[in-house]
Amino acid sequence: MTVTSSVPGAVPPPSTEVGPRIEPRIALSIRDLTKRYGSVAAIDRLSLDIASGEFLSLLGPSGSGKSTILMAIAGFVDPDGGDILLDGQPVGGLPPEKRGFGVVFQGYALFPHMTVRGNIAYPLKLRGIRGAELDRRVERAIDLVHLQAFAARMPRQLSGGQQQRVALARALVFDPAVVLLDEPLSALDKKLRAELQFELKSLHQRLGTTFVNVTHDQEEAMTMSDRIVILRDGRVQQTGTPDALYNTPATRFVADFLGRANFLDGVAGSVSGGCLTIDIDGASVRHRLRDGEPRMGRTALLALRPERLSVLAPDAAVGDRNRVEGRVVTSAFVGSQHIHVVETPLGVLEAHTPAFGAGVLRKPGEAVALAWPWDGGVLVEDR
Amino acid sequence: MAKRPLSGEPYVGFLLPATLLVCGLFLIPIGQLVALSFGGLEAPTLRWYEQVAATDSIHRILLTTFRIVGLTTVIAVVLGYAVAYAMAHMGERQRLALLLCVLVPFWLSVLVRALAWLILLRNNGIVNEALLGSGLIAAPLPLVRNELGVVIGMVHYLVPYAVFPIFATMRGLDGRLMMAARSVGASPFRTFTDVYLPLTLPALFGAGLLVFVFGLGFFVTPAILGGGRVVMLSEYVSISVLQTLRWGLAAALSVVLLVATLALIAIVSRVTGVRRMLGAS
Repeated sequence: MTVTSSVPGAVPPPSTEVGPRIEPRIALSIRDLTKRYGSVAAIDRLSLDIASGEFLSLLGPSGSGKSTILMAIAGFVDPDGGDILLDGQPVGGLPPEKRGFGVVFQGYALFPHMTVRGNIAYPLKLRGIRGAELDRRVERAIDLVHLQAFAARMPRQLSGGQQQRVALARALVFDPAVVLLDEPLSALDKKLRAELQFELKSLHQRLGTTFVNVTHDQEEAMTMSDRIVILRDGRVQQTGTPDALYNTPATRFVADFLGRANFLDGVAGSVSGGCLTIDIDGASVRHRLRDGEPRMGRTALLALRPERLSVLAPDAAVGDRNRVEGRVVTSAFVGSQHIHVVETPLGVLEAHTPAFGAGVLRKPGEAVALAWPWDGGVLVEDR
Repeated sequence: MAKRPLSGEPYVGFLLPATLLVCGLFLIPIGQLVALSFGGLEAPTLRWYEQVAATDSIHRILLTTFRIVGLTTVIAVVLGYAVAYAMAHMGERQRLALLLCVLVPFWLSVLVRALAWLILLRNNGIVNEALLGSGLIAAPLPLVRNELGVVIGMVHYLVPYAVFPIFATMRGLDGRLMMAARSVGASPFRTFTDVYLPLTLPALFGAGLLVFVFGLGFFVTPAILGGGRVVMLSEYVSISVLQTLRWGLAAALSVVLLVATLALIAIVSRVTGVRRMLGAS
């Protein structure tokens, strides 16, 4: 069995699967899922296999259909077509309470009239678990999210981060096979969010439960996920490991959405020595083709990560690298990096250079040269 | 305008008209009423209260009043809850239609409504005629000129007062709470009993209080639909003021009613929490 993901439709599906394959057993399988609101397709014939034990993130801008997909899996959105299979069994016809997914809702949705312990015990009580067994399992869940000191409190007496943990414990306490998380960290401030990302990730590693996470935060998706599905307009743009998506994005959208990217739009020239020459407004840059890297025909769109660019003095030697001269438009020091925005004949390019060691922050107006290795960019489709 | 306002707050002056209104038109008359119930300020006496405490007919009237108003409250709140639930969970168009159905009678005069019920419910009214004509009953049902008629009329008048506070709370409820209950395994019924009902219960109590307090003051509806056979407190007060001219007794009864109402508010707000009763979460 292979993990596949495709974008069916008039255009032949591009190879969106990149990076190492995930081990087989499929926990959750989505087949041709479709949901329309009027004439707009929130989910457009989406197919996706999620491996058991995987941490998968659905990443996309607002309106990409990611939350709708999650709610359709959970049973709160009635899809217009397609199947949802849990361990090979269709669950599409079941009401939410029979599907057995753990769900962490946006804003947590803790029961305000129950204590932390009451919230966490509720799923077990519904399953007829009572007495010592109930206590044991509730305590275990409370321990799991480090809320021992807060078990008797009401949800409104907790901070956002603590509420998030209660929601997580409530979703995990009945040992669901798959946990669905709808923007679980979006309500928290940046520092806390970063902490909880690692906590959630380590929790996932300890439990081995399948996590399906919805987020619009690319950093969050990259930190926590084994695999990321990038969505746009209800369709899968590309699926892969964070590393694969970042380093070999297939489209302009993916390159732009996951991290920052400069785009060089040119005309494809000849190939020599494994390098493609791209003409951009009279200037030419070289791009070393990777094995099997598709050439896009006559036009070539090169995505270039800002950190692959070096900012040099105009007269510096660059060796076997691409080089372009320019003038600094604006620059900033952001702690670990210097950010330079440079006006060049190739367009306005953004360069992120290390702020330590030999790093120099160049002032606006300064003449500089930008250089990047021949294999520093990646050819992407212009969509 | 004063250069220095009463306190550091520059807008305190704006509170003045409302304060004067409340004091001048509300608190002072109530003070006079209380004074009257003690037989005036010159020669204070407890005789009117003694009469209230000693007269059996007044006890019966008090009991009748609380029984009718209590029953009315329970029915109005249950109906109001159902209507509010429907209103909170239906489409926008249906909601508007239902809102109109609730509001239109709300705008009609209480007198018109009571008389309309009389026409419907009297022995030769539409309801009894229809039942007799269909052969379901042999003799007209006593639907009006008794406590039943009073309760029907009062429930009809008071249901909107129950609907709106409950509706507001239901609309403010985060739908994700019910989704969360479903997701962890609760059936729709358990979701209602375990999550929805407990979270709307304070509004239910609040609405009940509102309806009860309003109901205690009802005068026109019992007078018409009770047909003189059901005397409630307000009507007795009115008779004391206008016909038997025992103003002291009327004042004492009014004070008893006022104190009972305040005590009830205190108890209910203690049980449910004032803030929650007023709709804050």
